[in-house]
Amino acid sequence: MATTNGKVQLHCPVPKPETEIITLGHGSGGILTNQLLDSGVFSLFQNQYLDERHDGSVLRLNGKIAFTTDSFVISPIFFPGGNIGELAVYGTVNDLAMCGATPEFLSLGLILEEGLTMDDFRKILTAIKAAADLVGVEIVTGDTKVVERGKGDQIFINTTGIGHLHPQANISACRIRPGDKIIVNGEIASHGIAIMSVREGLAFESDIRSDTAPLHQPVLALLDAFGENIHCLRDATRGGVATVLNEITRQCPLGIDIRETDIPVQASVAGACEILGLDPLYVANEGKFLSFVAAEVAGEALALLASIPGNSQASIIGEVVATHPGQVIATSIIGGRRMVGMLPGEQLPRIC
Amino acid sequence: MKYLQEYRDPQLAQEYLREIHRITTRPWRIMEVCGGQTHSLVKNGIIEMLPEKITFIHGPGCPVCVTPRHLIDLAIYLCETAGVTLCSYGDMLRVPGGEKSLLSAKAAGADVRIVYSPLEAVKFAAEHPEKEVVFFAVGFETTAPANALSVVHAARQKLENYAILSSHVLVPPALAAILQDEECCIDGILAAGHVCTVMGFEEYFPLAAAYQVPIVVTGFEPLDLLQGILMTVRQLERGQAIVENQYARVVQKSGNIAARQAIADVFKISDRQWRGIGCIPESGLELKEAYATYDARKKYPVQMPEVNEGDTCIAGEIMKGLKKPFDCPNFGRNCKPETPLGAAMVSSEGTCAAYYHFHGDAHFSSEERSA
Repeated sequence: MATTNGKVQLHCPVPKPETEIITLGHGSGGILTNQLLDSGVFSLFQNQYLDERHDGSVLRLNGKIAFTTDSFVISPIFFPGGNIGELAVYGTVNDLAMCGATPEFLSLGLILEEGLTMDDFRKILTAIKAAADLVGVEIVTGDTKVVERGKGDQIFINTTGIGHLHPQANISACRIRPGDKIIVNGEIASHGIAIMSVREGLAFESDIRSDTAPLHQPVLALLDAFGENIHCLRDATRGGVATVLNEITRQCPLGIDIRETDIPVQASVAGACEILGLDPLYVANEGKFLSFVAAEVAGEALALLASIPGNSQASIIGEVVATHPGQVIATSIIGGRRMVGMLPGEQLPRIC
Repeated sequence: MKYLQEYRDPQLAQEYLREIHRITTRPWRIMEVCGGQTHSLVKNGIIEMLPEKITFIHGPGCPVCVTPRHLIDLAIYLCETAGVTLCSYGDMLRVPGGEKSLLSAKAAGADVRIVYSPLEAVKFAAEHPEKEVVFFAVGFETTAPANALSVVHAARQKLENYAILSSHVLVPPALAAILQDEECCIDGILAAGHVCTVMGFEEYFPLAAAYQVPIVVTGFEPLDLLQGILMTVRQLERGQAIVENQYARVVQKSGNIAARQAIADVFKISDRQWRGIGCIPESGLELKEAYATYDARKKYPVQMPEVNEGDTCIAGEIMKGLKKPFDCPNFGRNCKPETPLGAAMVSSEGTCAAYYHFHGDAHFSSEERSA
């Protein structure tokens, strides 16, 4: 109750539907949920599939398709070079690309923690939209849930992707042969170090940015040009390049030799790794992949890859060998040799 | 990287290696003291490039590996039961105590935080007066000055919610204990460059003289190590046993005076239990009486039971230089970095972990590997 010019005015405390933070009500299925979806999601991602407003989408697909899913729980959700939104698009797009597929359709599952600001939520949705447009994928179905404060970490995202296989794609760890060259498409370890540079307790000043990027273009270009000579593709995300190489040697009875001097690492990233006591081979990437390519086309494949924007630092880092099956061996900068194993857990900073 | 790349020059490395091969005429056993040196020797594949006559023995210089189990148990008790926020260097987290590690305590809900500097822990304590903060002050002389300063800073800010759990160890008493051992077979020593950066190397003169071992203060880059090895082998081949300084770009004879003063102001020397070795007199640091209120052991007077390493782990013999990881029947089989039976398999500076990580299980059959 308030008074104006001596007159009593009665106010009915009608709840304001527009809030500046996500509340449990946004996940209730009621007015707030519909408002959130109408104003934030459907209008942004509108396409013929979403406009149906149905529980699922009906897609017409023929031929071989690749199908993948990935969940994104990164902290912090905004980091130098990107945010969880574009990561959620590119992560699944890249998994499709590694199958040799053209990314076409995505689902989008959002788990929001009560208290996430609308501003942050909109920024993330905008990033998702921009990333999807850049790749040319359509978000055709989705889901939104809200969990109580403390039960999530601001926002978790799941995306599932579908895409048609490139007609010449024949990608498998089993197709790797002794002599195959291993090409990485650029400087490694930027994503992991960028995230670490802004984590609580480890923050340090740097200009290092995440390498998060879609990889379908370079992959499809390689397949267009070299078809079945591209034997295997893997993106080097969690666990980095070393983990991917180890996974490959566990799937096929062959060994891998790599040369430390040929592995591209940006100087500031290499410096941060030295200070933190981390090996860049094990640091996560979000825009780097390894291609195992028949030796006879490796030089041309490298040249093609390096000509694609964002891939100019591509390098042949090693080859597949018949000796030492199941093992990855690195030649050190001074010519010594060592085994590059799997990490037992998280890579932890050393004392001194 | 400026000032690092220069010490990784492959051509210079080859020249050092040629010279080491040329002058080595007899078998020599050299101990590198520091875990960081072990890591670099193995990571760069240096040991395989040396003459077969040179054997490397990996010393006790991994602070994580020599921290006794009952102290880890105490740290776990503090954060699990006493409700303390425990701050620690990263690689301490995976080391198993009597039953579990700090990492598993963290997973079960204990407040365990990785910090790079104890001053971050002090800052956290100042910003969170409602929390009791304990920093797990592990390390050799290298980390002691920063840990000492954290106590000085906390005292200056009159913080009542900050304490350190000191597990500091000192290199020279441990070296003396190893060299005194009847079974000791060490011919030469690469002293730890960073420890000497703080402490200087005067305290090594009596050790070199008493035990007739050459001691060369050595850095961590490939060329540092190769030059340190060359200087050690030269002395051995000539029958010399003196202290030399390879790491002269960093280490001065008297060390860092200000850092030594910080240690002397805050800590006093005490007897210390070394995991895998046992009690070494006057080989540790604990807080002086004046700083007793910052001593977690006095603030939380809980006695944790002593836990033996178990019969199966030979880490003590490895650290004394009597055995190699490959001599252990558990190495790579029951004892792996993900399921360590002893501390030397945990930190990447631990000898067993370094061997496992960089040599792998190459000497096992594929059946054993997949098992």
